Amino acid sequence: MIAAAAVVAQVVDFDWIGRHLDDVRNYTLEHLLLTGLAVGIGFVVAFPIALLVQRYPRLYGPVLGLAGVLFTIPSLALFVGIIPFTGIGIATPLTPLVVYTLLILVRNTVEGLRSVPSDVVEAAEAMGYSRRRRLLRVELPLATPVIIAGLRIATVSTIGLVTITVLIGWGGVGRFFLDGFARRFATPLLLGIALSVLLSLVADAGLLALQRLATPWARGRR
Amino acid sequence: MSVLQGIVAWFADPAHWSGADGVPMRLGEHIAYCLLATVLATAIALPLGLILGHTGRGGSLAINVSNAGRAIPTFGIVILAFLVAGSGLLPITVALVLLAIPPILTNTYVAVRGIDHELRDAAEGMGMYGSQVLRQLEVPLAMPLIMAGIRTSAVQVVATATLAAFVSLGGLGRYIFDGLGQQVYAEVAAGAILVAVLALTVEYLLSKLQTAMTARGLRSGQRDDPMAPKTTATPA
Repeated sequence: MIAAAAVVAQVVDFDWIGRHLDDVRNYTLEHLLLTGLAVGIGFVVAFPIALLVQRYPRLYGPVLGLAGVLFTIPSLALFVGIIPFTGIGIATPLTPLVVYTLLILVRNTVEGLRSVPSDVVEAAEAMGYSRRRRLLRVELPLATPVIIAGLRIATVSTIGLVTITVLIGWGGVGRFFLDGFARRFATPLLLGIALSVLLSLVADAGLLALQRLATPWARGRR
Repeated sequence: MSVLQGIVAWFADPAHWSGADGVPMRLGEHIAYCLLATVLATAIALPLGLILGHTGRGGSLAINVSNAGRAIPTFGIVILAFLVAGSGLLPITVALVLLAIPPILTNTYVAVRGIDHELRDAAEGMGMYGSQVLRQLEVPLAMPLIMAGIRTSAVQVVATATLAAFVSLGGLGRYIFDGLGQQVYAEVAAGAILVAVLALTVEYLLSKLQTAMTARGLRSGQRDDPMAPKTTATPA
């Protein structure tokens, strides 16, 4: 650890970082904005799709198959490929980011709803719960951990993907990557990587805390 | 000329099918990067996952490290390795191996840990010792999930290997970056299509291999890796 710290102290130009704290703030805010919008919009779109798939199980195969195919398109190609359609506004980085979160969120929400034991669902039915009430009071609460697990994966991977949008003029903390590359200067590069990892870990921990809050009955049990 | 016509024209142009910048050459390079990275990642993650799963020690640490690994931006690692090691195969290989390890490690560990205790007790009761239990019981039972992990990694690696072109290597990413630089979007789209087709082919072939490598007694269920941690894939 001490050796690693010594290497970092040698390689990283802390003065440079001190002089660029404004950039750190602005890029981090841009990163948070893109991530928040992408995951937020993704969830708002994914949720009804997942409910629909749950209601009509025949959709399961086609929807998840399509999601799998979209997943294989390299993000870089998608970011660049939609420039002719979306121009250079925020829609260009945002559209592919939303598409990728959709794939993760639909799948996890559906899996979450499917993971509810059938005897629990039958018990609710036997108690005279309507379909709607069963969904709201039984299925969704029990699916919450898996749904939030999906949100965590979507958020962490979106934070990583945002760094790639630097190639189309956005990028959040990924802007430091291009700077480091262009000048063969490791400090901004390491700073960008560190900030990106830090954002992921903080977001992940935050969502985990949200899950604990949302499912008080699961606490203390493992 | 519409974008679609442009793409068709790009594929129809014989000049794009031969020479150092032709599709066969670029495809070959792309496959070589991916194969190297996936094999190396498997060589690291598979034994580690098996040992951790078999002994049950240090597993949660490995999983946490593995999950944190997903947070590392691959693009940044490619550039960092390029600054450290210069041009050549090393930067992209390092980045792709780091990307490919988490799904294989997690899946292997979870698969071995998830094996019914009674089966392990029975194997021990039959007089098998540790390494025999691992080879004859745990590996076969864990195989579907292990292969699912390798498949996830391989598909991610295929999509991400496009970044090799950013650090002056070849591969199908060449078309995407060259097209971006010259604002020829048909070329970008052609590159994207080629990568996506390659990824889907890899996914298909590995799912066939997964079935072939699954013990016959396990195939009847036909459910795709029931114990799989959901969505281990992250977009590249």
